[in-house]
Amino acid sequence: MTERSATSTASSGTTGGATHASGTAPGGTGPTPSSGAAGGTAPPAPPLGGPSSGPGPVTRRLGRRAQGRIADWITFVILGIGGIAMVAPLVWMFSTSLKTKAEVFALPPVWIPEIPQWETYVRMWENSYVLTGFQNSLVVATSVTVLGTITCSLAAFALAKMRLPGRNAIFVGLLTGIMIPFPTLMIPQFVMFSRIGWVDTLLPLIVPAIFGNVIVIFFLKQYLENVPNSIIEAAKIDGASYWQIFWRLIFPIIRPAVSAQFILWFMMVWNDYLAPILYLNTPERQTLQVVIANMNVQYATQRDYPLIMAASFVALLPILAVFLVFQRQIIESVALTGTKG
Amino acid sequence: MARSSRLHQAEHRWALAFVAAPVLGYVLFTAYPVGFALYTSMTQWNGLGAMRFIGLDNYVRLFGDQYFWQSMGNTVFYMVGIPIGLALSLALAIGMNRAIPLRSMLRTVYYVPVISSLAAIAILWQWAYNGDFGLVNQFLAWFGIDGPNWLASTVWAKPAIVIMLIWKGLGYSMILYLAAIQSVPRALYEAAELDGANGWQKFRTITLPMVRPVTFFLVVTQVIAGSQIFTEINIMTPTGGPEYSTASSVFHIWRQAFRYQDMGYGTAMAIMLGILILIITLVQFRLNQRNSFVLD
Repeated sequence: MTERSATSTASSGTTGGATHASGTAPGGTGPTPSSGAAGGTAPPAPPLGGPSSGPGPVTRRLGRRAQGRIADWITFVILGIGGIAMVAPLVWMFSTSLKTKAEVFALPPVWIPEIPQWETYVRMWENSYVLTGFQNSLVVATSVTVLGTITCSLAAFALAKMRLPGRNAIFVGLLTGIMIPFPTLMIPQFVMFSRIGWVDTLLPLIVPAIFGNVIVIFFLKQYLENVPNSIIEAAKIDGASYWQIFWRLIFPIIRPAVSAQFILWFMMVWNDYLAPILYLNTPERQTLQVVIANMNVQYATQRDYPLIMAASFVALLPILAVFLVFQRQIIESVALTGTKG
Repeated sequence: MARSSRLHQAEHRWALAFVAAPVLGYVLFTAYPVGFALYTSMTQWNGLGAMRFIGLDNYVRLFGDQYFWQSMGNTVFYMVGIPIGLALSLALAIGMNRAIPLRSMLRTVYYVPVISSLAAIAILWQWAYNGDFGLVNQFLAWFGIDGPNWLASTVWAKPAIVIMLIWKGLGYSMILYLAAIQSVPRALYEAAELDGANGWQKFRTITLPMVRPVTFFLVVTQVIAGSQIFTEINIMTPTGGPEYSTASSVFHIWRQAFRYQDMGYGTAMAIMLGILILIITLVQFRLNQRNSFVLD
């Protein structure tokens, strides 16, 4: 599945900026047998040489193919070892969460706990702020992404497809905003929110974000540039209002792009740490990332590493689950944002 | 004519309504804070009481602040991981482009650290770097190496963080490189083969130039992100490390502003950081322009 997406991305990659967005359309809309057939067979490595590599003695070609296969296996072994190094810390995190305290400090190390201590997870859930942290993170991430996506889609529609004096100036103006890093804005924003009494609430994390994210607007605008104006004109002639055009026509068209950006944005908000530690002081109002960071400080002195690891593992789970389900869209839209050039 | 212009006016109004939120957001949460920051940076202020205007004193102070420069230096040190990570991920992408078994599974495996929460990852690695029971030293012990107590050592704390950053970012760069490699026209390689080019020559003359836009994108975005590194420092070394050896710029700013309530000075440093990031980014774009000119 993932192979297909990357290939469809790649196929549009050579033709430059604007066409990239259209590359998501076949990949993102689900069952597209044609693109699947094209990309499903893994493109062989260049040195392999396909049937098109011209005349040549059959034996030599077979020899090269065999060589290629050996090289593939060597590559596989190397990448496999690297892959183990990539997941080992995460596996170790999970295994530590199931250990007894004695096993945590055992030498030589224990990889598989003798009796998995599942009660650590129960303890974590009951004795700490993990549950409220989970709820708070969910509230922030959901409201930001749902409302923010609507804002961004509307703005992208206006900036890509509607007549508006100074449209480009507005867009360029918005883009200048992303050049200013958050650390430069964090102190004045903090002062603003503390003056209106929003410190220690979730509002400073939610409100600025629902006004829209320029990167998402940019991405959706690019995507919309490839939609022909004629269908919008046709809808206008049929007497549709702009709101109807957006809701009935534009939004369904950009849905694949929206869902990809939605997931990436959700991950970003869920995993955010700097803004939440600035604003949230009361433990039951903190987001999950802040809760686990505080648990890390608090329980390390008690050497309760299984509990810390259990909480950290739980903080990873939702995103890990989303990723495993939406792998294809996530990887594809990441590849798109980067290769735009 | 009159009718059509009225139609246009309606369209203008709707379009304006649709872009109103981001524009308003920009004014409220970017433009106004920037103006406010410029003023605050010229005051002595604890965030609550009266602001005392002191002109450029905060900026003068920052030049003499040993900790500011140390945290800047540390931040720059963390960026040595960027070229290492890029070289590794390009090699990985080339490997992943081959018809190897379990390809998509491997790709997922490399990508999992990327999507993982940085806070959780920082906690995990803090424990992995534990001198006595940590995963890293246990691994080194297999080879008879007695590893240091990483995060408590002035020498090893920064490299430890760099290793973690490389581990976390590898999958992301790999995916971008993979997409770029797959978009290289096959004909180029075939032509090179006919000319008798070997693997290394094909890599140097075709693959590397063709993935250059991605390299540029990654360098620019990773330098910007790297100059704002905070979470992992705050969690792994809550005091800024031994002798402040792991404190990053944002960590130092955060500490001055929110721990010591020195908002004016913190803001001045934050503005300085913003300006530096902007300059570095512009220089990179400049260099990129010149390089591509030479290459063409």
